[in-house]
Amino acid sequence: MEIAFVLEKFILVTIIFAISLVIAMYSTYAERKVAAFLQDRLGPDRAGPFGILQPLADGVKMFMKEEIVPTNSNKWLFMVGPGLAMLTACIGTAVIPWGTAIQIGERVIPLQVTDINVGLLYIFGVVSLGVYGVMIGGWASNNKYSLLSAIRAASQNISYEIAMGLSIIALLLVSGTLSLKEIVEQQHGWHWNVIYQPIGFILFLICAFAETNRAPFDLPECETELIGGYHTEYSSMKLGFYLFAEYINMFVSSAVIASLYFGGYNYPGMDWVLQHTGTTIGPLIGTLVFFIKIFAFIFFFMWVRWTIPRFRYDQLMHLGWKVLIPLAIANVIVTGVVIAIIEKF
Amino acid sequence: MEPLTNKKKVLAQKPLTFAERMYLPAITKGLSITISHFFKKEATIRYPEVEREFSTNWRGMHSLKRDEEGRERCTACGLCALSCPAEAITMIAAERKPEEKHLYREEKYAAMYEINMLRCIFCGLCEEACPKEAIYLDGPIVPSDYLRKDFIYGKDKLVEAPLTLK
Repeated sequence: MEIAFVLEKFILVTIIFAISLVIAMYSTYAERKVAAFLQDRLGPDRAGPFGILQPLADGVKMFMKEEIVPTNSNKWLFMVGPGLAMLTACIGTAVIPWGTAIQIGERVIPLQVTDINVGLLYIFGVVSLGVYGVMIGGWASNNKYSLLSAIRAASQNISYEIAMGLSIIALLLVSGTLSLKEIVEQQHGWHWNVIYQPIGFILFLICAFAETNRAPFDLPECETELIGGYHTEYSSMKLGFYLFAEYINMFVSSAVIASLYFGGYNYPGMDWVLQHTGTTIGPLIGTLVFFIKIFAFIFFFMWVRWTIPRFRYDQLMHLGWKVLIPLAIANVIVTGVVIAIIEKF
Repeated sequence: MEPLTNKKKVLAQKPLTFAERMYLPAITKGLSITISHFFKKEATIRYPEVEREFSTNWRGMHSLKRDEEGRERCTACGLCALSCPAEAITMIAAERKPEEKHLYREEKYAAMYEINMLRCIFCGLCEEACPKEAIYLDGPIVPSDYLRKDFIYGKDKLVEAPLTLK
C-alpha cells in the first residue's frame, strides 16, 4: 500500500470528521434558531453577530462544568456509554459517497472514504450498534428512571429498524446493489429513487425519525424533561457527547436519505456543468448540491419537531409493528411484482 | 335522574377515519401552519437596544416636582407617608430660613425625604394623596442594585432637576 494512498485516505477521513463535527455543532445553533423562528421569536442573538458564536460558548460551558459521577454507578460502563454513542455516530460517515472522483494533477481521488460493496448493510449495522450507547448509559447510571427510559429507547430503536430494513430491501430490488456508490450513480441527472420508491421513502423517513430519537418519537428525551432519561446522571462532556452524538446521527441519517432516495450528488443538468468545469471543480459542485440536500433534510427534521406532539409509548409500538411492517412488506411485494412485469415486457 | 343543569355536553367519540389514522394529512396541515410562522415577523423586542413604550397609566420611579419658579413643591405634610400601604416613605420636616426663599415654596419643607424602593409597591396612592401635586410616579423602571441599603432613595435621587432657563 503506497504512502500516497494512505495519506490521501487519512486527509479525507480528517476532513470528513471535522466537517461532521462542525455541522453537528452548528446544528445545535440552527435548531435553536429554527425553533425560535417557527415560534415567532428570535433565537440566540447575543454571542457574536446573529448569535453565530453560540455553539462555541456552549462548547466552553460543557468543558468547564463539574464532572459528577454517581457513587454506585458502574464506573467503566459509565464512561463507555457516551463514547460508544459518539463512535457509532461518527463511523457512519465512512461509506457515504460525497461526490464523484476529483482529479488533482495525475491522481484521481474518490470522494468516499471506502466503497465496500455492502455499504448499506454497514450503515444498518452501525445504526443498530447505536442502541448500545443508550442502553449502556441507562444501565450504568444506577437510576431506575434512567433504566426505564433506556429500555424504552432500545425497544423503540429495534422496532423501527425492521421497517427500515424492509424498505431498504425494496430499494435493493430496484437498484440491484447494496453499494452506496453504485446506488447514487444509478440516480444520474434526475432519475432519483424517490420517483421509483415513494412509499419506501416515506417509510424510511419515518423510521429515520425513530432511529435518531427525534420528535415525534423522542420518548427517551421527553423523559429527560419529565423524570429522567438515559442521560440524567451525566454532566459536562459526557452529556455533551450524548447530545452531540444525536446531532451527528441526524446528519448521517440525512446524508443516507439524500443518497438513497434523492440522488446524492446528482442534479439535473450535471453533465453540462461537468463538461464546462473540468474534473477538479466539477465534482465539488456535486458535493455542494449534496450538502444542500442534507441541510434541507436537517431543516425538515427540525421543522417536524416543532409541529407534531410526541407519540405515546403504546401508539409508538403499534405504529412500528402493526402499521409500518405490513406496509413495508406490501411495498416489497408490489415492487417485486412491478419489476417482474416490466422485465417480462 | 334529571340533570340539574343543561350545560352537559356528550362528547362524540367517533373512531378515527382512514385519513385520520394515516396521520399524514394532519401532519401536512400542521407543517404548513408552522412554516407560515417561519416567515412572519417575530414578536421579540430586542431589549436594551429597543425599549417598549409604557402605557399612559404607567407608574414608575417617584419624582418630587418643582413649580414654575424652580422651588420644591413638597411641604413635608406627611400625607403620602400616611397613605402608603407599604410604609415606604419617611421624612423629616424643617423650617425655611429667609435666605432659602427661592428654594422652597412654603415655610415648611422636607429636609430628609426617603423612599425605600424595596418596600414600595408602586400603587400610586402617594401621588393621589399629595395636596401640593409634588410627587408623581412618572419615572422609569427602578434599576437593580446589589445591596439593600442602596435601594433607599433620598432626595438626591428623587427630586427632579432644577429648571434651566435658556
